[in-house]
This record gives sequence, C-alpha cells and structure tokens, in this order.
Amino acid sequence: MSDFDAVVIGGGHNGLVCAAFLAKAGRKVVVLEAAGETGGGGHTREFAPDFRVSALAHIVNRLHPEVVRALELERHGLAASSVRQPASVALSAAGDPLVLEGAYGETLQGAAPAEQAAWTEVRAQLFRYAGILKPLLARRPPSLGGMALTEAAGLAMTGLSLKRLGREDMRDFLRVLLMNVADFADEGLSDPRLKGLLAFDAVLGSHMGPRSPTSLLGLYYRLTGEHAAVAGGQMIPAGGMAAVTGAIRKAAEAAGVTIRTAAEVSSIEARQGRATAAVLAGGERIAAGTIISAINPRTTFLDLVGPSHLDTGFVRRIGNIRMKGDAAKLHLALDRAPEFTGLPLDRRNARLVIAPSPDHVERAFNPAKYGEFSPEPVMEIVLPSINDPSLAPAGACVLSAVVQYAPYALKEGWQVGKPRFMEAILSVLEAHAPGIGRTIVHAELLTPADIEREFRMPGGHWHHGELQADQMLMSRPAFGAEGYDTPLDGLFLAGAGSHPGGGISGVPGMNAAKRVLGIRDR
Amino acid sequence: MSTLLDPAARLALQQHFRKPKLDSPFQPRLEELSLLQDWYDWAGYKAPMSLWDEELEYFAIRSQAAVFDISPMVKYRIEGSGAEAFLDRVMLRDVAKLRPGRVHYTAWCDDDGHVLDDGTLFRLSPTRFRLCCQERHLPWLLDSALGFDVTVEEETEAVAGLALQGPTSWSVLDAAGFDGAEALKPFDIATFPHEGGEVTVSRTGFTGDLGYELFVPVEQALSLWDRLFAAGALFGIRAIGYAALNRARIEAGLIVANADFVTAEHAIRADRVRMPDEIGLSFMVDMKKGHFNGRNAIVKARVAGGAPQVLVGLEIEGNVPAEHALVYHGKNREVGLVSGAIWSPLAKRNIAIASLRRAYGELGRDDLWVEIYAMRELQYQKMMKRAKVVARPFIKLERRMATPPGRF
Repeated sequence: MSDFDAVVIGGGHNGLVCAAFLAKAGRKVVVLEAAGETGGGGHTREFAPDFRVSALAHIVNRLHPEVVRALELERHGLAASSVRQPASVALSAAGDPLVLEGAYGETLQGAAPAEQAAWTEVRAQLFRYAGILKPLLARRPPSLGGMALTEAAGLAMTGLSLKRLGREDMRDFLRVLLMNVADFADEGLSDPRLKGLLAFDAVLGSHMGPRSPTSLLGLYYRLTGEHAAVAGGQMIPAGGMAAVTGAIRKAAEAAGVTIRTAAEVSSIEARQGRATAAVLAGGERIAAGTIISAINPRTTFLDLVGPSHLDTGFVRRIGNIRMKGDAAKLHLALDRAPEFTGLPLDRRNARLVIAPSPDHVERAFNPAKYGEFSPEPVMEIVLPSINDPSLAPAGACVLSAVVQYAPYALKEGWQVGKPRFMEAILSVLEAHAPGIGRTIVHAELLTPADIEREFRMPGGHWHHGELQADQMLMSRPAFGAEGYDTPLDGLFLAGAGSHPGGGISGVPGMNAAKRVLGIRDR
Repeated sequence: MSTLLDPAARLALQQHFRKPKLDSPFQPRLEELSLLQDWYDWAGYKAPMSLWDEELEYFAIRSQAAVFDISPMVKYRIEGSGAEAFLDRVMLRDVAKLRPGRVHYTAWCDDDGHVLDDGTLFRLSPTRFRLCCQERHLPWLLDSALGFDVTVEEETEAVAGLALQGPTSWSVLDAAGFDGAEALKPFDIATFPHEGGEVTVSRTGFTGDLGYELFVPVEQALSLWDRLFAAGALFGIRAIGYAALNRARIEAGLIVANADFVTAEHAIRADRVRMPDEIGLSFMVDMKKGHFNGRNAIVKARVAGGAPQVLVGLEIEGNVPAEHALVYHGKNREVGLVSGAIWSPLAKRNIAIASLRRAYGELGRDDLWVEIYAMRELQYQKMMKRAKVVARPFIKLERRMATPPGRF
C-alpha cells in the first residue's frame, strides 16, 4: 500500500495550498516539486550578487482571505495585514504622475477635481460589479450538466446579488460586462493617465489590448482580489514572494505535508480510466488514491498522462488552450534608488505603472498580434528594496518590472529579439527616470521563452492559459477538465490553469482540495 | 503569386466541376456492362446502383460469383511502430488480438461514446494496417495520432478494390491462378502475384456468403478485372450494383453507417447519435483492454441502465418489404423504425433491420406491429403487419465458413 493518500504534483503556491488543506483534513499528502525549491512562480532569487527579487509574481493582490485564515498564514510568517497599502502611480515622462492612494485609488492625487469626482463614481461602480463576480471567482465554477444543489444555490446567490443592484444598475452591469476597457474608461473618465492605468491593469498578463473585446473582464478579475480585507488592496511582500509561498509551505509542513524538491514527475500512471501513481523521472513510483496536478493542464494531460489514456476530442481541446504569454519580467540591480520624473521620493514604495494612455497600451499591443515586441513597452514597476533593504546591498536598489508586450512566439526569435527588447525597455525607463541606465549594475530579462523554460510554464503564460471569457469558469482550462475534475478518476487539477486563474490567490488549490474532500462550498 | 490569374487561366486550373463524380478505376468495364445506366453517389464516386437486372444481380451473389467494385470505400494506410497502440486507443476492439494477416470488423467512437463509423481493419504486417470504412475521418485519425509513432494517410484513390462474392468465388480465384487461396480462412489475408506486382486478397465480404475482397494499386485495376472475368466465365461471374448487395447484406444482418444508424459527425439532431450498444456492436466493446475513445462515456451509460435504443432483426408477416416503416407495440405505441427491409429470397421470409426502444427490443418480443404503406397506382395501401424480434443474421450459409471452400 502507498504511504500517501494524495500526491500533489507541483510545489507552486497552489500545490502547497491544496496540500495544506488536504493535510489539515487528515490526509497524508506528499508534494513533488521538480525544481530545487518550492514556490514556483512565487519565489525569491538572487539574480545578481546580494540582489534578491521576486522571481516572477511580485505583488500580492488577490490572496484569498479564506486561505490566509484557514492555513493561519500570519502565524506561519505572512507579513501582518496591517501594513499600509502601497499606492499605485501612473508615471508620466512629463513629470506629473497621478497617484492612486489607498486600495485602488480611494483618492487621487494630481488629478483635476472633476476627474476626482468622476473617478469616485466609476470606482464605486467597478467595485460594485466586481463584487457580483467575486463569489463566482471564489468557488467551484458552475457546471452545465448535473449541478449539485449547493452549486445551484451559489449561482442563485449571484443572481440575487444582481437583483439587489436595482434594475438600472443591473442593466448596466450586463451592458458593460463584456465591454472593452478603453471604451468603458472613455465613458466615465477623461484623464489619459488614469485611463491608461486602468487599460494596463485590465490587459496585464493577457494577449489583449485595451480595445480587444471583453478586455474589461481583466480589470474585474483584478478588482475581485483583496488584501488585508480591503477590496482592490495590494502588498509588495517584504522578502519577496518567497515570504508568501514560504508561509504557505510552513503551514503545509505544520499540517504534516511531506515536501520533496528536485522530484520531477515524468508521468502519471493510469489504469482502466483511473490515475494510480505519479512516476518520477528517476523511475520511482509513488502510488496514491488521489493524484492532484497543480502544474500546467497541457503538461499534465499531454505529457504526464499521455493521449493514450484520454479521448481524442479532449486531447484536441487541451491542445487548443490558448497559452502564449506576452509578459516579460525585468530585474535590475541598481547602485542607487532611481528617481522618476515628478515622483516624490517617498512614493517610490508604490506600484509604478508606465502606461500613459489607453491608446499607448493599444499601440504597444498592436505588434504583438504579428509576433513583434512593443517598441515602446508598457510596464508595472516595483522597487521592493525600498521597503525591505535586505533585498539589496546597502544604498543599492532592486527594480522589478512586468513588461508588455513580449509575444512568446516572437517572429525574429528571442535569441535575436531579447537584446533589442531590452534596449526598448531601457529607453522607456530612461525617459521616465533619466540617468537610470548609468546606475545599472546587472540586468536580467525573462522573456516568455525564458519563463517557459525556468518555471515550466508552457508559452511562458503566468495564468497557464489565457484568462479570457472563452477560457473562464466552466471552460477553464477546457471542457472535460473543468471544476478541478479530469477524465481520469482520482486525478484532479489544482493550478492556475483551472478556475478562476492565475495570480497569487491560492483559490484553485483550495477549491481543488475541497473538491477532493467533497466539502461543499459555502 | 504576385498577380491575380486571368479568368481563363483560373478556369483551366479548376476543372473539377465538369465532372462532379469521380470515376472508379474500373469505370471503363462498368460503363461497358451498364445496361441500365443507374448510378448513385458513393462517397464522391459514380457507382452502379444496378447494372443489368437487380434481381438477377442478387442471384449472382447467391448462386454464382458476383463482382462488386469497392474502390470508393474510404481507405486509410496506418503504419508505424505505434500503429497497434494508436488503433487500440481509437477502436472499440482489442487490436493487439488482431494478428498480422487477419482482418476484423470494428467500430470507433467519439468522446461521448457515439459511433463515428464502423469498418474493417486489415493487419497487413505487425506495423501496417489498412482501415476501410464508409465516411472520411482523416482529421480525427490525425488528431488521435498525437503521442503515437504512427503515420496515417488516406489511400482511397490509390488503391482499387473488388469484392468477389458467391458460391463459385473461390473457383474463380483458383481458375485465375491464385494458387493457395483455398487455404484462406474467413478473415485471413494473403498476397498473390499479379502483373509484376501483387494483389492483396482477404476472405471477407458484405454478403454473408463465401467471398473475397481483392486490393491492387489503381494502375493494375483493369488487368485484375480482366483476369477474373476471363477465368470466371464458366463460373457465372457477373458484375453487380449496390441494390443487389444491399439485399444480401440485409440477409446477413449487416448494418450500414448512415443507413441503419446516423454517424456521430453526421447527426444534426442531438438524439440521433448512437452508442455501440444501440446498434448491436456491444460485442466489440472491450473493457479489458486499455483506454479507448468513448470508454468513459460507454461505462457511464451502462451504469446508468443502458442506452435508450437497440438495433434488432425483425421478421414480419406477409411479403411486402417494410422499408422505413414505423414499428408499434400493441398497434398503437410507437417504438421504433425500420431502417432496411426486404423479402428474403433465401430465407423465404419478410425481414428487416430496425431500431427500437430498448424495452421492446429483446429477442422473441412480439405484439410488435409494422405499419407499411405500399404505393399501389397512386394510392397508399396501409398495412399493419405483425412482427417479432429475431436473431441476426437471417441466413447462415455453411459455405461462408467452409475451408477449403467447395469447388464447382
């Protein structure tokens, strides 16, 4: 007999969350992580001597409160939630940045009074509507056939909260639901900096421009997240993302989870329609009644399970999941903290966004459609060493940026394209922080091709599959594998490729554990 | 191409519409013999419904040697070290049990367990197969090949095929110099020299009679035809059309895709698709082998109490064929439909293949009634005829199985 009730493949944060929930329910669980350390896209690494940075995800803005509470993450070292929320800043080369103070711009600094008033209204509307979607994005997606009573009830609750909106608001909710963010922003706002920031946030991590249909969904996705019980809140974790995933790992270990690193799974053994074991690259076979894959769904099915255990139509759907990333990650080791034009020095702890207008973001996206990178990329920058000086040598600074658009399938190839894209990024940075180029000690750029290789994310896509309407809810990752189930008995999915999607949320992992345990959602 | 073609050049490149039906490689011989000029469309080919006399063509199958052109049948060449594993995943039957040099009748399903088609699978060597079927499936087969070391190519237009069926069929082969053909047992395959190449002969057919199917490259089609007809003159060899074959196959209880059931990719209405259990193919479904397409769905349907339909043989009183008649229970409850029916000259019975609701389909079930509308000089004569469920095939011929076959 096996030593374990459940094997979790992948020690990313969702795998750890899933394992911890299962262990807390009394299951004997082992997590198998291919890399030398756990955390997946949420770990911290030294990219230059004495410079450390969050290797991929660098902001916490959607870690689910139930995950924090149930796994007692604060007891296990997650930074206290009372830390003041960093602002978001729409940078401006001209030197007049716009500051969104508090949780996603409770107040604006640097905007005209009329725009402030308009934003108050638009922001309230956005949060009202995001609030309707929030429960849908927290529980198991509704299934089309044979919905359990509790699921139906959950869906009905969404209907009810829709009704509570009032007739006019409900009509408007349905009207704007699938709009594009550029048109939506134009309806209520006029400041291009503010609209540019909304446009950027809506398309971050997607193969979309602000004018792509349904792009507003991306903004809702963002706003359904919360931090420290504040909707739209965010945190730049001290110690980098490893502090967060480390706390989850500690919680998992405290619950009795066995964690094995450098344990790459090469196949999932299946017999007569049932997953029976995970087989390591070295040949070791770890049998368990439940196998949970918290890695990419395509890798899971096509590489680990293999088409011979699956139906052709299902394999087609898995092969057709769109997952070509457009986001690159930039790490700069700077010999001193940069100065951004017009940005007060005490604002350097904020999330800094370079996306001057929706048009600018759209123009940055255009070449990506044809396999070319943006000549003037848009980006989200944090300087994590401002709050946590331990991340850089004394007086020096770490810059971490998510940069778009860097299409995975770059026509010229990333071998040739990478230095050219780096040049484009640095010239944008130079325009906003003159002199920054001279302070660079070391630079590292992770293109989607690098991200694919280093983090085992096919297509270099953080969400493990485009997060667009056709790949959401019960269509995520694809019909036949929705709701954490798979065509194989005993095999479940628990990663970002499953509903609701990526970001450091822990929700796919938590929901998968609940599915395995048969615990009904509230 | 930098400029658009002028209309004349464009037309010259697209002549397909002038001849919307493909010719069979045997077309010159068929045209010569076609007194009736009664053609139909078989998978894009011009194929004979009847050549000279439907009735006598049928009797050629049962009393002589009938030649039916099966070139239009869709054929795939499936080859590679992973061919067996590939086919095992696609097909209902266990392909590992199909030895080289053997053929079996099989079927395959989509994810929902609905039958995509049925056909014959020829294992020509340990790593090479030929799949013959009614519909085209290349995209499905290619997508199914992901992860297997196998190549799949359509060879419909490259390979000519003839069915040689009837009591004197082996005698024709023997007279034509196919030495050793007598050793072929049903579903065996062998190759014989022909014109410097070879002809692949299998003891298979669609008539329930003694018979063979012969395959050659299209270039050798006519010489094969001539070789058989020269040798078969004294054995009553005759070319036949589909109408005669259809009678024989109903007697043999064999079903035809998109005649007796609607294939999954052709069905427009959601309730028209069929699982293997609904069309009499349960025997193919091998739950002991590894995974195959549709397995989960079939298991699920069986656990849930079985699929709603069942395909049966019916024996109907009288002698009026009940083609496409409604079937009733107790004369008033509609329970199914006849998909193929004839008066069987061999069984001397009025027989039919029908799909019924499962509850009414068990063997021996009676109080079934068939509503036949016979057009008699511009008036329908409506008949309610008693029917009962009987075993298929409706006829069993010893000569079909006898090895060596009897000589004439």
